[in-house]
Amino acid sequence: MGIGPGMEEAPGLERVHAEGASRSAKLCPRGKAHFREDAVFKGLSIGGSLLMPLLVAAILVELVWYSWPALKHFGVGFLVSQEWNPVTQEFGAASSIFGTLVSTLIALLLAVPLSLAVALFLVELAPPPVSRVVGTLIELLAAIPSIIYGMWGLFVFAPFMADYVQPALGKTLGFLPLFQGPPLGIGMLTAGIILAFMILPFICAITRDVYLLVPRTVRESAFGMGATTWEVTYQVIIPYGLVGIIGAVFLGLGRALGETMAVTFVIGNAHRVSASLFAPGNSIASTLANEFAEATGTLYVSSLIELGLVLFLITYLVQMTAQFLVRRFYRAWSAGL
Amino acid sequence: MRMTLRVLAAVLAGLLAAAGLAQAQTVTINGAGATFPYPIYSQWAYKYNQLTGVKVNYQSIGSGGGIAQIKAKTVDFGASDEPLTPEDLEKSGLMQFPMVIGGVVPVVNLKGIEAGQLRLTGETLAQVFLGKITKWDDPAIKNLNPNLKLPVQDIAVVHRSDGSGTTWIFTDYLNKVSPEWRQKVGAGKAVQWPAPNSVGGKGNEGVAGYVKKVAGSIGYVEYAYALQNKMAVVLLKNREDFVAPSSETFQAAAANADWEKARDFHMVLTDQPGPKSWPIVGATYILVYRSQPEAGKARAMLKFFDWCYKHGGEMAAKLDYVPLPEDVVKLVESAWKEVKAGGKPVWP
Amino acid sequence: MKLRPPTGRLLVNRLVSLLSAGAALLGLAVLAWILAGVVARGLGALTPALFIHLPAPPGVPGGGLANAIVGTLVMTLAATALAVPLGLLAGVYLSEFGQDSRLADQSRFSANVLMGMPSIIIGVFVYALVVIPMGKFSGWAGIAALAIIMFPIVARTAEDMIRLVPNTLREAGLALGAPRWQVTLAIIFRAARAGLVTGVLLAIARVSGETAPLLFTALNSPYWVSSLSEPTPNLTVTIFNYAMSPYPDWQQLAWGGSLLITLGVLALTLLTRFSLRDKPR
Repeated sequence: MGIGPGMEEAPGLERVHAEGASRSAKLCPRGKAHFREDAVFKGLSIGGSLLMPLLVAAILVELVWYSWPALKHFGVGFLVSQEWNPVTQEFGAASSIFGTLVSTLIALLLAVPLSLAVALFLVELAPPPVSRVVGTLIELLAAIPSIIYGMWGLFVFAPFMADYVQPALGKTLGFLPLFQGPPLGIGMLTAGIILAFMILPFICAITRDVYLLVPRTVRESAFGMGATTWEVTYQVIIPYGLVGIIGAVFLGLGRALGETMAVTFVIGNAHRVSASLFAPGNSIASTLANEFAEATGTLYVSSLIELGLVLFLITYLVQMTAQFLVRRFYRAWSAGL
Repeated sequence: MRMTLRVLAAVLAGLLAAAGLAQAQTVTINGAGATFPYPIYSQWAYKYNQLTGVKVNYQSIGSGGGIAQIKAKTVDFGASDEPLTPEDLEKSGLMQFPMVIGGVVPVVNLKGIEAGQLRLTGETLAQVFLGKITKWDDPAIKNLNPNLKLPVQDIAVVHRSDGSGTTWIFTDYLNKVSPEWRQKVGAGKAVQWPAPNSVGGKGNEGVAGYVKKVAGSIGYVEYAYALQNKMAVVLLKNREDFVAPSSETFQAAAANADWEKARDFHMVLTDQPGPKSWPIVGATYILVYRSQPEAGKARAMLKFFDWCYKHGGEMAAKLDYVPLPEDVVKLVESAWKEVKAGGKPVWP
Repeated sequence: MKLRPPTGRLLVNRLVSLLSAGAALLGLAVLAWILAGVVARGLGALTPALFIHLPAPPGVPGGGLANAIVGTLVMTLAATALAVPLGLLAGVYLSEFGQDSRLADQSRFSANVLMGMPSIIIGVFVYALVVIPMGKFSGWAGIAALAIIMFPIVARTAEDMIRLVPNTLREAGLALGAPRWQVTLAIIFRAARAGLVTGVLLAIARVSGETAPLLFTALNSPYWVSSLSEPTPNLTVTIFNYAMSPYPDWQQLAWGGSLLITLGVLALTLLTRFSLRDKPR
């Protein structure tokens, strides 16, 4: 039979089916009706599925369309210009792109080692019931909505940073330009740290799957040779799962790039590229959130949409890379040994 | 499962039906714009709704947003502290009129410094916002405040991150009192803020919020925000002497206005002469289309504004806004004759 | 023979174990910190007034979030009504008809792209698509934005769940002479019912906390939901506005709303976790 998922139509059977269909159509009106109904149903489902690539394409087209005036006017210089002057209608994406990249970098620097460590704990070190409970709780970090992170960040975490962490960092590492400036609490560093905890569960979940997918025999042979858990992880699991882990990192990267509300609350909203992590800045998403509803002037709106286009393209590329890597890993190792 | 779906569908249908019914009976007027007058507009709308059932939904999104939304025709009226130029009004088919007058005041968050203690001149204020004065114990500030204990602390500047009429009024003042500011930055609803440790707040609310949270910060807000949040306001020097912000000093500045000569009510009230004048005062405007699509809604809208003029004065005065003087109201309401629906004037 | 004591390696192993446990503890600590913060600040706001009263202007006491709660519920339900049928149809195609076809691959990829897309971009998209032609902010625009976010989530989980239904059920239905669509809707959906509901609940949880897409579609309103063609009150934008304000009573309400959303989303998430746990992978 040719029907059912996973079963492909053998070439010859098509003709048989067509004949059968037409035969049944000739034979009974209910068969004819079923044929029609199924065609409609299949058509609807195709339509539903088609909607997704259509949406992606539509978003891209619309973003390009509306950012055209800015694209034409500013050209490539838009990406590196630090100007953001609604008075003279001169705009540049540099501070927004910078802020997006820096806050994301901070988040990754913190989240990746933490995620690897947590995944290791959940897979190798914790007894199964503990692993289940802790694993679920870690995943709850992903469920908390962005605006809650923002609220907590602004009212609880930023004052904590301002009162304790930033002064301490300033005293010890203040010779570095990274940690200079007044401890405002809000700023790039705070935004990066909050982002780290927002993406931690994503990277952790996939890393966990990666750890579990490394073939038992490979792991057990390493243990059999007397390696400690850490040595097995470091020298066997991670190299084997590297592709998948990098994919997980890219996924976390994608999330961090697009995070809006949490960042908007705590990044300080300043169109400025600054060397200090204590300084306020902005990200593409926070600029859009703050200024979109109020922008006047074609170039202003168009520049904002061009920022959106940049974010869309970066996210798209990161997504593509992430999916490619993760899929490659699963395909290679889910076969098992 | 089917039962749950049925229940959900019924609830949704019920809510939508109720919504539909409700809409058939009440008028909703949508407005958006300046955060400057939001404390008083929201109270007026609330009271008016209690009295008449008419809903005025005012979204406080900044003057820039108000202008953008009314030009895009996504709201019924816009609100801006920066008046549009006569050319702009002509081109867009809008008309504007002032609603209420208020003052913009610098506010600070300094330990031990209360409201009305810190003194600044326009020039020092400009220097702070230019990023030239970066610490609170700078000699320039110390000289003006010999009796105050100023902390050794970095100044964190808080400004608006959105397109703001309050910024326009504030930077217009800085333009007038500091040639360096005028040359380097200029005036506008949004400018390129030069100070290094500056934070952008969304709306007057955002600026007030950040100033309250960040120690050592200075920002600028409409006075009602400073009042409602018990913030430490700064005394400024007008052309003659140091004055404190209050409805009295706002009125003194506003008394200089010659509304009859102002084309399209375009008026700037910063740096006004007079010993009692608060140097940063501005009127806030309403923008409506001259040609209205619906006579009924247009009329309801103007009725609301008329009520605000005639009965909202006390509420406004409590927040230290200066209600528009009666003769100006007469000028405004006679200008309303230009508002027409289908060729016929909507007012009176 | 004396065995060389591998103390160094054991020490490193011990250290790493401690660090890993520490990392897990850190994650849990942050979770606890956040939840404690939200509960501590929001509990005081959970009065009946919150659920009954409309927002009051700053300085006027006694405001509530009633209209925002209703608005969020209405928009979420409507977005669900829009996204679920479309998502199910797409899921059906991906699992039943398309499988490995090019369209299916493209759709799956697009679904992942959409799910990873910053929701603010979707807000911009809907603004240009719905708000500008309509001439105003509206609940419909908000619903559209939320539906676009939910749709790929429902589609992908539906695909996964439908795939799990054994072929025997399909073939039995077809053998009885039922048309394909009937087999799918009456038999397969019923068999995958729990998983499909889970997918829908996940999508709802995801969308309940979304603020950015509503910022310039539904905007907000201090009144009851009167018509979806007008700016529609909603919890998340209200929280955003109130949080950024300097007024303590508004901030208190923002915390109350935050607590409501957090409890709702966490409850939904835990519910789906536990129901999915029984599903074979």
